[in-house]
Amino acid sequence: MSDPPLLALRGVSKRFGAVHALDDVELEIHTGEVVALLGDNGAGKSTLVKVIAGVDPADRGVMEWDGRAVQVKRPHDAQALGIATVYQDLALCENLDVVGNVFLGREVRRVGILDEVEMERRTLGLLAALSIRVPDVRLPVATLSGGQRQTVAISRSLLGEPRLLLLDEPTASLGVEQTAQVLDLVERLRDRGLGVLLISHNMGDVKAVADHAAVLRLGRNNGFFDVTTTSQEQIISSITGATSHARRPPRTGEAGP
Amino acid sequence: MTGRASTAPGRRVKRALGQAWERLSQGESGSLPVVLGLVLLWAVFQGLNGNFFSPRNLSNLSVDIVGTGLIAVGIVFVLLIGEIDLSVGSVSALAAAVFAVLNVNEGLPEWLALVIAVLAGALIGALHGFFFARFGVPAFVVTLAGLLAWNGLTLYLLGQSGTINLDDQGLVAKLTSYYFHDIAAAYGLAALGAAVFFLAACRDRRRRKAAAMPYRPLREIAVRTGLIAAVAFAAAYVLNQFQGLPLALLIFVVLVAALDVLLRRTPYGRRVYALGGGVEAARRAGVRVAWVRVSVLTVSGTMAALGGLFLASRITSVGQPSTSGILVLNAIAAAVIGGTSLFGGHGRTWCAVLGMLVIQSISSGMALLSIQSALQFMITGGVLLAAVVLDSVSRRSQKSRGRA
Repeated sequence: MSDPPLLALRGVSKRFGAVHALDDVELEIHTGEVVALLGDNGAGKSTLVKVIAGVDPADRGVMEWDGRAVQVKRPHDAQALGIATVYQDLALCENLDVVGNVFLGREVRRVGILDEVEMERRTLGLLAALSIRVPDVRLPVATLSGGQRQTVAISRSLLGEPRLLLLDEPTASLGVEQTAQVLDLVERLRDRGLGVLLISHNMGDVKAVADHAAVLRLGRNNGFFDVTTTSQEQIISSITGATSHARRPPRTGEAGP
Repeated sequence: MTGRASTAPGRRVKRALGQAWERLSQGESGSLPVVLGLVLLWAVFQGLNGNFFSPRNLSNLSVDIVGTGLIAVGIVFVLLIGEIDLSVGSVSALAAAVFAVLNVNEGLPEWLALVIAVLAGALIGALHGFFFARFGVPAFVVTLAGLLAWNGLTLYLLGQSGTINLDDQGLVAKLTSYYFHDIAAAYGLAALGAAVFFLAACRDRRRRKAAAMPYRPLREIAVRTGLIAAVAFAAAYVLNQFQGLPLALLIFVVLVAALDVLLRRTPYGRRVYALGGGVEAARRAGVRVAWVRVSVLTVSGTMAALGGLFLASRITSVGQPSTSGILVLNAIAAAVIGGTSLFGGHGRTWCAVLGMLVIQSISSGMALLSIQSALQFMITGGVLLAAVVLDSVSRRSQKSRGRA
């Protein structure tokens, strides 16, 4: 019998008024595994991330962590479990330097005064362990490239030693080389035994780093694929709805005279 | 071996220059332009009128910057989170009126009236902060409402008489009229400042060395300390040529230094900067945004009240707040001219001192040359415009580099 998944969602549902944003969604992520979460706009990807991160909890359904049912009602609950979230943008304060950003909200202090030396030492250690290169950890992040910022944002989230990392479109606004930087980092994180949920629009990214791809369509599961053995066309057609991998009961809620 | 020894310092100098240029071109120009501007300004005024550098004039200048300067320090806090406080002029006038009414009309002891006046400023700032943080009303509008309302309350408190004269031997009057005639006071303060800087830098260097991280060479620390000591002792020498160290200047420098430590060396200060760099990022990092906002406007209100008491002390009377419009604009101009960004997240408390020195130098120099205040306003306006343009341009170049 294999280990229970790091995170499992069972029958998660979420409604906004009459709209079923998530309907009976199932998802499993194991340690040392990158799962891509795919879907068209409005498929419920962001809603699902918010559910897992505790920003906007589910109405129904069970969340299991290491095989045990857990309650995640607030962002703090998710962090306490070891779930870290990196959002698409707005993750960093432009004017603070890399050290300031990495430690923002959990500054190291000595008798009430910031311990800059210790924070810089730990930042350098963290970046070195992840083979992240930035020109100078004392430069404001506004001077870094988009890819460097994204890697800083990710390393910032690793400070609490999480076991699951949620990445919301980490490469959406990046160029080719910068995207490669970020994807390299994702691979290194997987090799360190983290579970990664990668939300993406980009099939290239998914093919490059993901082990599995979970597709959402209109708030429902629409397929769970092994990326290495599934063709790109197959995954795309399940995103667009050309093929249906899920039973589709007649829609409720939208019906009306 | 000898070759290496001779090139190493040269290379180090080149690298230091390169870093300085990099910071400049990346929009981290900081206070360099204003310092250069100030030197230029002083040279021009001294060239036109030899009395500008007289100890009397410089000593008076150092006392004149304190009232508005304290208000400007509060403005720096508000600008750092990317907001603005328009009420500081009215709040400073109100605090002075509260003090005058309690002390002169109601007969309360001076220290008690002073404490109540400062607390009133803090409370008003907290009230502005509450409306700003709780209801999401822009601080600009909340404090504009405050500007009008507190102006009205001041008029009401002062009543029919309109002007209340303060005891010219009292505590508040002494704030700007007391001088430490002993020359040891000014020199002692200069020595203390340089020593504290030197020891802090050495301690930082030792810890970095112990942690095997890059550290500043001892020579660089010595040069920096030397520069600070030179400026401080020159100022002390000039002050001692007149009446010695003014109490007002001592209070100003100590407050500015303490608030600088608060902003740049404590977790609280780090969060203030974070708000200016990205509210959403700060919130997601766990910063209690509403609390920081309220606290910043409280600081601004408190500093406005303190500044108002120093301004009242200078003229030993409290009158109709007809000039509070100019006051708030001067305070904001001082913070911005000194290098505080209007867009939030960049600036230090010392910016307020530098900016106030520029504004007060213009005013003092113009008075010496007996040039009308009309021209004085126009020149101050031009300097402010230059400072804002510099801020915008450096911010933009930083952005475009960031995206490159």
